[in-house]
Amino acid sequence: MFRGFLFSLSVAAVMSPITVAADPIGDAAAGEKIYNQCKRCHQVGQGAEHRIGPHLNGIFGRPAAGYEDFRYSKALTRAGTSGLEWHADTLDVFLENPRALASGTRMSFRGLKDPQDRANVIAFLRIYSDDPANIPEADPTATVPDHDLDPAILALVGDAEYGEYLSGECTTCHQATGGDDGIPSIVLWREEDFVLAMHAYKNKQRAHPVMQMVAGRLGDEEIAALAAYFANIEE
Amino acid sequence: MSINRRTFITTSAVAAATLAAPMVRAAGTPNVVVVGGGAGGATAARYIAKDSKGAINVTLIEPTRRYYTCFFSNLYLGGFKEMEELGHGYGGMAAGGVNVVHDWAVGVDRDAKTVSLAGGGSLPYDKLILSPGIDFVDGAVEGWDLSAQNAMPHAYKAGSQSELLRAQLESMPQGGTFAMVAPPNPYRCPPGPYERVSMVAHFLKQNNPTAKIIVADPKAKFSKMALFQEGWANHYSGMVDWIGDDFGGGNVSVDPGAMTLTIDGEVTNVDVCNVIPAMKAGRIADMAGVTEGNWAPVNAADMSTKADADIYVLGDASSQGDMPKSGFSANSQAKVCANAVRGALTGSRVFPAKFSNTCWSLIATGDGVKVGATYEATPEKIAKVDGFISQTGESADVRQATYLESEGWYTGITTDMMG
Repeated sequence: MFRGFLFSLSVAAVMSPITVAADPIGDAAAGEKIYNQCKRCHQVGQGAEHRIGPHLNGIFGRPAAGYEDFRYSKALTRAGTSGLEWHADTLDVFLENPRALASGTRMSFRGLKDPQDRANVIAFLRIYSDDPANIPEADPTATVPDHDLDPAILALVGDAEYGEYLSGECTTCHQATGGDDGIPSIVLWREEDFVLAMHAYKNKQRAHPVMQMVAGRLGDEEIAALAAYFANIEE
Repeated sequence: MSINRRTFITTSAVAAATLAAPMVRAAGTPNVVVVGGGAGGATAARYIAKDSKGAINVTLIEPTRRYYTCFFSNLYLGGFKEMEELGHGYGGMAAGGVNVVHDWAVGVDRDAKTVSLAGGGSLPYDKLILSPGIDFVDGAVEGWDLSAQNAMPHAYKAGSQSELLRAQLESMPQGGTFAMVAPPNPYRCPPGPYERVSMVAHFLKQNNPTAKIIVADPKAKFSKMALFQEGWANHYSGMVDWIGDDFGGGNVSVDPGAMTLTIDGEVTNVDVCNVIPAMKAGRIADMAGVTEGNWAPVNAADMSTKADADIYVLGDASSQGDMPKSGFSANSQAKVCANAVRGALTGSRVFPAKFSNTCWSLIATGDGVKVGATYEATPEKIAKVDGFISQTGESADVRQATYLESEGWYTGITTDMMG
């Protein structure tokens, strides 16, 4: 499949950029809508950074777990070491069911069951990769979420040992190993993302009643402590 | 752990050899003994071993080789889970540094600070954590005792009893009657009997649609009552007849030989009769002398008993205040206890007690509901801080998401307990 994909692309590049849109691998515009499911964790486009997941610029041809400045699960690191690279075919398998390809991945995503949806989102991601060549840089599609949290709260340095104790309240539901089945993973998040999410529950901006209740009685120091603990948890 | 076991064997040999000599303790390293490997005990043992990193010897005494969770066992009755999915071994605990002893604890000597085992020998402790779950109050339902549990199963300790009840459900005659005798407060898993009614109704709707369900209940109201009654009306219209205390639901007797249930003087022939009697703390708590009445009163700050500062009681067996008796509660209490016990024995930091609980129930396929609360320790008891409950009339999407969340929780808590 990967060879076929390369072939059709090189033909497309030679003939005319317009044929890219009609490429059999999928419809990038439709893929952009599907990408809305991904962008809470993965940024892509100009200025994209690692957030809960790594950014996805230049993903084509990149080894799995390829960024040194992002902390991947052991499972994905192993897969990368064993030679897994991201191409249309491997992305297709991964997006269908992330755990099928890397059973210990922390990517909290049930997968896209429809092959056309996967083809579309892969076509969308392809826009942001140098490989294949001749793809113009596009506008950013995901940005740092706006928030009005007091910078002093974000600047708090968490007490990770206190966070470890407090984490007991989390790990009854959220697996400390990073697994997720119906309940998202909360391990190895950037501390800032964790703090923002918990304050969004506390302030009832995020909707989940259990999380609103749990976050509601946590103080700023306690949220910082949890963020510090979960950001650096050992697998 | 082999070093610990060897140390223990040497210790007991010495004690046996020198009659009346006081128990010699392994020098330096304190001993914690945990009795009962369920949601409370397994969590406490695993957390103390994990966090103390060898500074405390942790022994778990649990008679069964495989633990079948009582939570989700109703889903087995409804056909949503296989029994094997509810079974968990103790290999992960052993790998996590807990010395797992498969035996019954049959006595506690509070002066010598030892626990004796049915298989012989005894274990010394500096801190003893009891998490034995429940036993049934003798004579709670007229006509029923443990010798009748095959004719009229309780199925309130998961495993063979659950399988028996399921088999009886499957062999019910068409149009037959399933009866439940519900327990009085307080008891394990407040929504449990009513989730069970829902799961039985789900099974019967598919396999025996003209069958009836009668519930005799000594209570006038029950956990998530509005949600269950809405669900029964929506999914199982006309099938469930709930008879609360106002209509004599508390005035019952059974005849396991004749398979009859008598409610307020009226005799009914039944095909299956699920008797869930009144409950009390598992017997070892009584044997340790830390109970008052049916339960063991504890201090909210660390789950130590009022009777003995070196004995802690977790979960269903404890009398602690506002928390319901649930696996989630036991798991939550275990972490507070583990932090306090480790602090007391090694001087590690002790943080303020925080507790929480959420109970999910399944009413029908994809129709999940939940209730939960957070709690804190006060000098008197574990006191509720804040809570929430699913609403009647919620959309199917919300209920489906709640069910999926309960499945996630199941994986989370069993991983948290067993490693």
